[in-house]
Amino acid sequence: MSVRDLAVARGGVPVLEGLSFTLAAGRALVLRGPNGSGKTTLLRTIAGLQPAFEGEIEGAGERIAYAAHSDGLKSMLSVTENLRFWAQVFAQSDIEPALDGFDLRGLEDRMAGTLSAGQKRRLGLARLMVTGRPVWVLDEPTVSLDKASVARFAEAVRGHLAGGGSALLATHIDLGLDEAEVLDVTPFKAAPRVSALDEAFL
Amino acid sequence: MIALLVRDLRLAVRAGGGFGLGLAFFLIVTVLIPFGVGPETGLLSRIAPGVLWIGALLACLLSLDRIFALDWEDGSLDLLATAPLPMEGIVTIKALAHWITTGLPLVLAAPALGVLLSLPPSGYLWVLVSLALGTPALSVIGTFGAALTVGLKRGGLLLSILVLPLYVPTLIFGAEVARRGAEGLAVQTPLLMLAGISFGTLALLPFASAAVLRINLR
Amino acid sequence: MSIWEYANPVKFIRTTDRLLPGVSMAAVLCLVTGLVWGYFFTPDDYRQGATVKIIYLHVPAALMAINAWIMMLVTSLIWIIRRHHVSALAARAAAPVGATFTVIALATGALWGQPMWGTWWAWDPRLTSFLILFLFYLGYMALWSAIENDDTAADLTSILCLVGSVFALLSRYAVLFWNQGLHQGASLSMDKEENVADVFWYPLLVCIAGFVLLFVALVFLRTQTEIRARRSRALLAREGRT
Repeated sequence: MSVRDLAVARGGVPVLEGLSFTLAAGRALVLRGPNGSGKTTLLRTIAGLQPAFEGEIEGAGERIAYAAHSDGLKSMLSVTENLRFWAQVFAQSDIEPALDGFDLRGLEDRMAGTLSAGQKRRLGLARLMVTGRPVWVLDEPTVSLDKASVARFAEAVRGHLAGGGSALLATHIDLGLDEAEVLDVTPFKAAPRVSALDEAFL
Repeated sequence: MIALLVRDLRLAVRAGGGFGLGLAFFLIVTVLIPFGVGPETGLLSRIAPGVLWIGALLACLLSLDRIFALDWEDGSLDLLATAPLPMEGIVTIKALAHWITTGLPLVLAAPALGVLLSLPPSGYLWVLVSLALGTPALSVIGTFGAALTVGLKRGGLLLSILVLPLYVPTLIFGAEVARRGAEGLAVQTPLLMLAGISFGTLALLPFASAAVLRINLR
Repeated sequence: MSIWEYANPVKFIRTTDRLLPGVSMAAVLCLVTGLVWGYFFTPDDYRQGATVKIIYLHVPAALMAINAWIMMLVTSLIWIIRRHHVSALAARAAAPVGATFTVIALATGALWGQPMWGTWWAWDPRLTSFLILFLFYLGYMALWSAIENDDTAADLTSILCLVGSVFALLSRYAVLFWNQGLHQGASLSMDKEENVADVFWYPLLVCIAGFVLLFVALVFLRTQTEIRARRSRALLAREGRT
């Protein structure tokens, strides 16, 4: 997947511009930057949830598995039901590796609503594995995970990379992913300007 | 797509209230009408088809804001948008799930509530038929309204204001079928119009709903 | 020169500023002429007496209530297809004007109906259709005011306007089917036989011209206001960020 001269906008106002990077199979890219710097907007744009302001994104679209702050879990469904639903939506069937990869064994029949915050987060991330998509786009994936879970998550990402997948993460903490490249988005902050839309009115 | 339908139905059953709430509201409205207009059988049997239709319509309206609200709050809607499902399919399934959990129980309950309103014997069949044909349109139109107001804080009231005018043609033809049926008149013309509206909205409105939902997710 | 040049807000304001005094003057002139002519210099109708004279308000208002919606439909389509912001703002500006015309048509209809039909309100198909149209205006305006982001609001209201137009048309036929009604036939028609008599006809035409001009003037003015409000928001945004 690659992006070229990408600018992303929030509410019609560009927040990041001039971004170019390539994410090859088997590689991970960690985005860094202070809160409000546009990481979430960038990830949403790459996931196809909002149009790019300028520039091009290639090799995204149907290859992206996206995970945001909210996991899209249903508290009234069990762990396997949640996973199986997303697997079916993405036309996959095997949820066993996801259960193993995120240490959800023994919780299969628990309602998602009764899980702890950390367990919920793990379930939300396990969802990525059942999509069968190669490019993981993760927005603060380690929120409410303890040290052991973070390590386990890093392990899952490593496994994904080893299998030829790639990952784009926005995170503040060090995951211990040595193979990951780091991209600080701060230099790409868009110059203050009014939106193209408002420009017409000035 | 089937998975989405199964999930929504399962959630409706488990969360309770899914099937029950609209039905209870329908019952209450129907029971309140005689208190309001008096117990005279002749009057009640004359207005019964219309009352049943309005009761069903309001009960339908009551549950519209739940079509997308929960999926919006927990982020499922974003994730569904990135899934390999067409947005038109998602909104159609959502409307179908709403109809099965709200519309269908109303259709089945209507004849029973007709007894309370002294519905003429000839009316039962046509109340059932007109509601069975009309409530899918109510769900599909309601889904459009729900898509317009998804994520808005004061969405509930706005949703009613937006959807009620859109319900007018369905209500008119639906209630007309029921009324004519109850009075033993020919129902063919309004029945065809009602069917036309139902199939027309079912075929075309999901495109508008999907477009609106995409804009709201942006 | 293409008509789309006026889609530029600055150009729109400059042009309408030039046109506005003329249009407003013409509107006032037509309305005064038409109403004075109609109310004081036409005979009473032999059947309806003096009440017939409410026609000079009722018919033009009803006509413009529908035309305003059609204008909103056209500008909404332009916004969806060509994304000219002035177009979306013009639709927004026209809605309250159209709603007001609808209320005038309904109120004058009630005033006319009272002596003629013996009731202020009857569920006559035309009256009912206008009531439904009024509900559509309400929903449209409510949606505009509920959404914060200007572009999102323009997109959503445009789609609502399209869908609403289809359902308004459906309602019109549904209502016709539902109740045959008391309303007199069309006051205006291409078929000369059906028209009101010439003495009423000419002042009515002048009144209609007045209402059209009034509508145009109000929409110009309100669109200018929307543009300026938008501009001040843009200026504030720029100030805030630099």
